[in-house]
Amino acid sequence: MGSPLAFAGARGGARATRQLGDRLLFGLCALAALIVVATLGYLAYQMIDSASPAISRFGLGFLTHSTWAPEFGKFGVLDLIYGTVVSSLFALVIAGPLGIAIALYLSMIASPKVRAVIGPLVEMLAAIPSIILGFWGVLVLAPFLVHLEPGLHSVLGFIPLFGAPQPIGISMFAAGIVLTIMILPIVSALCRDLFLTVPEDLKDGAAALGATRWEVIRGVVLPSTVSGISAAMVLALGRALGEAIAVSLVIGDVTAKHISIFQPSETLAGRIANQFPGANTSLFVAALFYAGLVLLVIGLITSLAARAIAGRFDVQRSYARAVAQ
Amino acid sequence: MSSVGELTADETPLFDPMAPLTATGNLRRRMAVSRVSESGSTVCALAAVAVLLILVIGIAIRGASVLSIGFITQNQSGLTGGGIANYLLGTFVIVVFGAVIAVPIGVLTGLYMTEFAGPRSLTGRTLKLVLDLLQGVPTIVVGLFVYGLIVLAEHKETGFAASVALAIVMLPLVARASQEVLLLVPGSLREAADALGVARWRTVVGVILPNAAGGIVTGVILATARAAGETAPVLLVNSLFDPYSTQLNIFGHGVPTVPMLILNTTDLALPDAFNRAWGAAFVLLVLILFANILARVIVARSRRRMGL
Repeated sequence: MGSPLAFAGARGGARATRQLGDRLLFGLCALAALIVVATLGYLAYQMIDSASPAISRFGLGFLTHSTWAPEFGKFGVLDLIYGTVVSSLFALVIAGPLGIAIALYLSMIASPKVRAVIGPLVEMLAAIPSIILGFWGVLVLAPFLVHLEPGLHSVLGFIPLFGAPQPIGISMFAAGIVLTIMILPIVSALCRDLFLTVPEDLKDGAAALGATRWEVIRGVVLPSTVSGISAAMVLALGRALGEAIAVSLVIGDVTAKHISIFQPSETLAGRIANQFPGANTSLFVAALFYAGLVLLVIGLITSLAARAIAGRFDVQRSYARAVAQ
Repeated sequence: MSSVGELTADETPLFDPMAPLTATGNLRRRMAVSRVSESGSTVCALAAVAVLLILVIGIAIRGASVLSIGFITQNQSGLTGGGIANYLLGTFVIVVFGAVIAVPIGVLTGLYMTEFAGPRSLTGRTLKLVLDLLQGVPTIVVGLFVYGLIVLAEHKETGFAASVALAIVMLPLVARASQEVLLLVPGSLREAADALGVARWRTVVGVILPNAAGGIVTGVILATARAAGETAPVLLVNSLFDPYSTQLNIFGHGVPTVPMLILNTTDLALPDAFNRAWGAAFVLLVLILFANILARVIVARSRRRMGL
């Protein structure tokens, strides 16, 4: 005790624990990070591998043919891609402007007290599970839409999208509205975070020059965030394109060439959800995996595009928060 | 003919300092446009709140009619009778097991990004990219992946496969949330620990993680609530189960879950079954919204404590 040697020994022991502990922590963290990367990599590999029978059989023609006949071993997803794109764009056309307006209200117009109430309520819309939204869509929304269709047809019937009203509400229309409800809170949360990043000085400067509140929005806030808004739209679109359950319940799982949104249709994700549990041949399963692979590619492209468009604004950060709600 | 600056008797002066300040002409139009746009966006916000209320109240009214103690304590009996206890328990077990997988990996990944890889380093940026991409993967694709990974390999659908699928859904959310709160831990705390000669791992375990615990717990609660309502991945890997008994052996066979109950009921055209599904939807929604509010309360409390 007290000898320099013993002291050095204790120090050495402490250093050993210290190094061991540090290495262990680093090792664990690196392992976790590696698992994350490996999951994505293996997921992509697994999708390609499981889809390979269908890929080698149909090639890229899978994307350009619309026959889906499992009993004859013929698969093509053109109609599904059409249904996916139209239902998602329908949702984006409504949820986009609406979400921006809500974001403007929350970030610029509402008083802090009102904002503290309405903001969380809008975000809570994102917490409703898609299965509940789908169930509600089948039993409440679809029967209601039946009453709405004749009116829309008589007013907007000159546009082919608003064709003859149908007796059941299960349709592209219902799917579009369910998707709208799903992506609206995402658009509004992303845009609100975006609008809050606009420097107060710029807004005050415009107001000091005599701009009205709308002119501040129109002249300063929107132009300075246009890239972030685009990225938010891309992310919301990506979410709508990949949504399976809610859509699969209300859209009807019918692929036919209907322009009218009042007719049933089907999306890529909805087809997988509807038919995968009953897929009885290996080619059928592989074709569904191929459809999933198309979805995966769409999902990855929208994520990358949003990152590229958003620029400095970390749009994915807001997205993670909005989705977790 | 009057020259510039001269006023005849019947002309009013261009500027009357005594006149009250009211908007006229162009300004009046501009203010009107502004007011219209403001009220327009207010209406949009109220419309979104109205949609939420329509959904929640609609589900509550339909669900409350079947709600009773027995509804959440009894197993399903027959096609439409009994309660949903086995579904609730199944969801609980699968989600908790999914969280057991996802939370350590997610938190450690967050730690790696904040403690070992700088945000500008190549590994840090790659990890962020991978997390963003993983989050962009549609949940149905996650289901397909786990089907190929586990169900095909084991030749049976299991609750475990559903747990893994939900873990993959939760992973980017937990990692992202952890990284966010770890970044918020003040640098001065790290420096103080370094100055005292504390080992890095002791700093992390004793100072950084406790400081970030509130935020991490919030992130985990939100991710778990999200996973509890996920259906697409569960449908593909855990759709075959005995609906009449409690199944807790997640490695042995399929486990009943609340989302699957609602999904299966949608295919049945029995009004009584619909009632039970409304009840199940109501219970699930209440649990998820409760988790959301709980997360918000934790965030608000830790903000107040940090003086923000």
